[in-house]
Amino acid sequence: MTFFFEVLIGGLLAGVMYSLVALGFVLIYKASGVFNFAQGAMVFFAALTFVSIVERGVNFWLAIAITLAAMVVLAFAIERVVLRFLVNQPQITLFMATIGLAYFIEGLAQGLWGAQVHAIELGIQDVPFKLAGINISQFDLFASGTAAVLVAVLALFFSYTRTGRALRAVADDHQAALSIGIPLERIWVIVWAVAGFVALVAGLLWGARTGVQFALTFTALKALPVLILGGFESIPGAIVGGLIIGATEKLAEVYIGSSLGLNIGTGIENWFPYALAMVFLLIRPEGLFGEKRIERV
Amino acid sequence: MIRSVSLSVRKTALCAVIGAMVGAAAPAFAQNEQFIPMLSYRVGPYAAGGTGFFGGFIDYLDMVNKRDGGVNGVKLTWEECETEYKNDRGMECYERLKKKGPTGATVVDPLSTGITYAISDRAPTDKIPVVSLGHGRSDAADGRVFEYVFPLITSYWSQSTAKIKFIGQKEGGMDKLKGKKIVNLYHGSAYGKETIPVLDVQAKKYGFTVTHIEVPHPGNEQQSQWLQVGQIKPDWVILRGWGVMNPVALRTAQRVGYPSNKILGVWWSGAEEDVLPAGDAAKGYIAASFHPSGTNFAVIQDILKHVYGGGKKGNVDDPKRIGQQYFNRGVIQGILAVEGIRVAQEKYGKGKPITGEQMKWGLENLNLSEQRLKQIGASGLMSPLKSSCLDHEGGGAIKFMAWDGAKWTNITDWIQSDQSIVRPMVEEAAAKYAKEKHLTPRKC
Amino acid sequence: MIYREAGQFKTTYAKDQAIFPIRQDRYAMAAILTIAFFIVPFSVSDYWFNAILIPFLILALAALGLNILTGYTGQLSLGTAGFMAVGAFAAFNFMLRVPGMPLLVAFILAGLTAALVGIAFGLPSLRIKGFYLAVATLAAQFFIEWVLIKFGWFSNYNSSGVITAQPMIILGYEFITPRSKYLLTLAIVAVMALAAKNMARSETGRVWMAVRDMDIAAEVIGINILKAKLLAFAVSSFYCGVAGALWAYAYLGSVEPSAFTLDRSFQILFMIIIGGVGTVLGSFLGAAFIVLLPILLNVGAHYIPGVPRDLLSNLELIVFGGLIIFFLAVEPHGLARLWQIGKEKLRLWPFPH
Repeated sequence: MTFFFEVLIGGLLAGVMYSLVALGFVLIYKASGVFNFAQGAMVFFAALTFVSIVERGVNFWLAIAITLAAMVVLAFAIERVVLRFLVNQPQITLFMATIGLAYFIEGLAQGLWGAQVHAIELGIQDVPFKLAGINISQFDLFASGTAAVLVAVLALFFSYTRTGRALRAVADDHQAALSIGIPLERIWVIVWAVAGFVALVAGLLWGARTGVQFALTFTALKALPVLILGGFESIPGAIVGGLIIGATEKLAEVYIGSSLGLNIGTGIENWFPYALAMVFLLIRPEGLFGEKRIERV
Repeated sequence: MIRSVSLSVRKTALCAVIGAMVGAAAPAFAQNEQFIPMLSYRVGPYAAGGTGFFGGFIDYLDMVNKRDGGVNGVKLTWEECETEYKNDRGMECYERLKKKGPTGATVVDPLSTGITYAISDRAPTDKIPVVSLGHGRSDAADGRVFEYVFPLITSYWSQSTAKIKFIGQKEGGMDKLKGKKIVNLYHGSAYGKETIPVLDVQAKKYGFTVTHIEVPHPGNEQQSQWLQVGQIKPDWVILRGWGVMNPVALRTAQRVGYPSNKILGVWWSGAEEDVLPAGDAAKGYIAASFHPSGTNFAVIQDILKHVYGGGKKGNVDDPKRIGQQYFNRGVIQGILAVEGIRVAQEKYGKGKPITGEQMKWGLENLNLSEQRLKQIGASGLMSPLKSSCLDHEGGGAIKFMAWDGAKWTNITDWIQSDQSIVRPMVEEAAAKYAKEKHLTPRKC
Repeated sequence: MIYREAGQFKTTYAKDQAIFPIRQDRYAMAAILTIAFFIVPFSVSDYWFNAILIPFLILALAALGLNILTGYTGQLSLGTAGFMAVGAFAAFNFMLRVPGMPLLVAFILAGLTAALVGIAFGLPSLRIKGFYLAVATLAAQFFIEWVLIKFGWFSNYNSSGVITAQPMIILGYEFITPRSKYLLTLAIVAVMALAAKNMARSETGRVWMAVRDMDIAAEVIGINILKAKLLAFAVSSFYCGVAGALWAYAYLGSVEPSAFTLDRSFQILFMIIIGGVGTVLGSFLGAAFIVLLPILLNVGAHYIPGVPRDLLSNLELIVFGGLIIFFLAVEPHGLARLWQIGKEKLRLWPFPH
């Protein structure tokens, strides 16, 4: 039984890590209606910039500030060069543009900082401590704590500040928001910069675990089923979706494996969350917390 | 109109470049040169390994040019083509570069199993030998079927037998393996699956149980796999990883409390890039390699002197990488290529460039004895190697190293593979390939 | 002045409904086909066949398949590479296990297998739309990759999971030279492109476009959405399956499941977006662009002196991504639309209106 709880809790905590990446997607989708496939590349770019600056001898917190500044510059550039020319294009075009953007950022990151693999030390040991006989990772708990704080801050931002409300207005309808005087470009820069900040946090936490290397861009693929489950526009949805996906994925990997004979079930982690999300969509097409779409003829 | 202007500008630019490309198809090399195409990858998830390996390879060739003036006066030339580790890009690069140089491409090592497979089919028609150093198809060791493919030094199957020998050593003898539990944690790809059959054969022979656990590509997350390992409580874990799977495995092992000095990695899990991100979780981790790290080998010193000396720039940006695993691997590839050229020149005429077919002969008649290695300056860097028409592998040996947090240190001497297990499997698989492709194996 | 319709009268319904109603178009098409079938095979080097023309044709076929699904029917799919993989492995297994199987029949059966898989994974499209469907097709992509690697039966228990394509023999003639492979691929692709064009012009095509434009309205006027969508998935997967089989047999010669990853799906999606969604010409133009661009970048990089190799390779990625964005911003309807605008202008040229 302890084993079951170990897998479950490990899965829940892994799910939090997925949610961190999904948060960036949600932010951008919520505010600009763009499904930003480049989020994974942004995670990589942020982490690589940070770690390269730290390795040149800069203090930790100063490096974070510099990286944030770099993400703001990136947001500016994206808004000016990409988004401005694609106002009111269909979603698929914007999606394709973000895939192009992902290639661009990946090339830029390794072109600027090199192809080396880097380690990040955040000062938290990954040794487990025992709670009621179950091994729990300190690092995972730290990550969950960070995610919780981040979500709280973002939720407050969206509900109670003027900029947050403006962001939601822009998500609803670009042209309507323009017509009531919301400065569209500035809003987009803000939201992409915030998503860049979330990407930095996700990049640091994932990078501490896997090392800062190109594979960080694959974290985006893990976040997609989370988004489906939680809905593309909902921040609490990203968290809940992440928890569900993480837990079921790990439980399926272990238990479907051992019940059918270890050699059948192993390795299903790649497609199982997607299959789960697909089944879920058949029942509830907008996700748990997504906005219901009304289609008119 | 803006649209039509941009269209015409784009069209003319496109035409000009295509024209230049077609026009530039004629080789622009002098006559006394030996051309080696470099199907390198410097972007993407495996760029760290690619830049190291091809850096070492190119630096060695550069050094031979500068120190010796080439091979008996024939200068070595090369051209890089970015494959991004993708099979079709590799194929395109191969096709583009295979006819360059006065005698065409001499030898090719794409450092990618997928590209090797794809090119191996064309190599016999194009008569260009493909060296798959420490990767690629293990059954290509049978030179009767795979005339132009050379999995030199050692293949995956051979390496697996050497690993079991090492474990046997550590346990106090091969008979002590009976009843032991080993987990094979493999990357969910063609590369990862490659050693499952040979481990099963050895498990039956020596009486240990092997459990194969797959880590789905890319391996960012291995929680459930290592929890299963924790349930099984094996005596040893063989880590057959690639890229990001390696540091994550080591960290996750630490998290579930599995000792790092019982984890045995393959050489694609045994480079500095694989252990540095894992921090102190990697201390004590053991990895197999067919060459050590370090710069105190005469040939590496020569590279430092002739290529990097006096502040000159070599192919590698960060001089710390010289002497690391991937760099040294590239140097060894260079040694094999140059030795192959030299041996072929002995037979076909010194001082002039050789063709791919002659290079194949050269690679089949390598005799890198300990004495010859001393002459080259690679004593201790490589194990002695002797290839033949029948054996395209060469019988290379494997050393095991442990990571101490800052560098790799050797913990064994050269361990030979067990060809009594591997060779029958190789011949069976090669025969199957020959049947599928309607090939008649040649006589050796 | 050259390109005008004046003086061309249609005297039968059949002539009016022809694919190329304008005489100049027919001449141009005939010229292209003549060049492709008779002149190109004897005038270009092996490199062009092996590295450019054959992959271009195969990827154009896959792009056609995706265009049918995404362009005409509006079902966004990211599982294209998975269906190609099904086709490749199915062709291998049919040739391997059925003695005396003719090559073309194996390709057709491979396409049908892919079609069946496509229908299975297309079922969710009845409830799910847009991006959500795209992510659901990702489930198809990853699942297919997993199945092909996991179960050794598919690769005949090869220890690496790689399949080596058998030699291609039709009626005793073995297609081994690049030229013959090119001609075989060209023939198959030409026939299937013609079929696609006709499907698009027929009632099936109009039903698909109705589903794309407004599927609720289509249902209201009596179109069977279930049949339409599943047919689209089936036909599209058939095309992708045949493309996958050709990829294994006519191009690479040996294939592992990692040749058909998500990257490839994205590549094909790029092709139809840049080429022009919902057009047959667009599939070809997009395929040409995406196949040639990396090669041009690679070759062009050599002419920039003194830049370190690492930076050059990364520059390739940067320029590629940048060009994609540039294209989407400048002409979101793709190269086919540019071609159409060109034709419109040509009809008047040299007169202004």
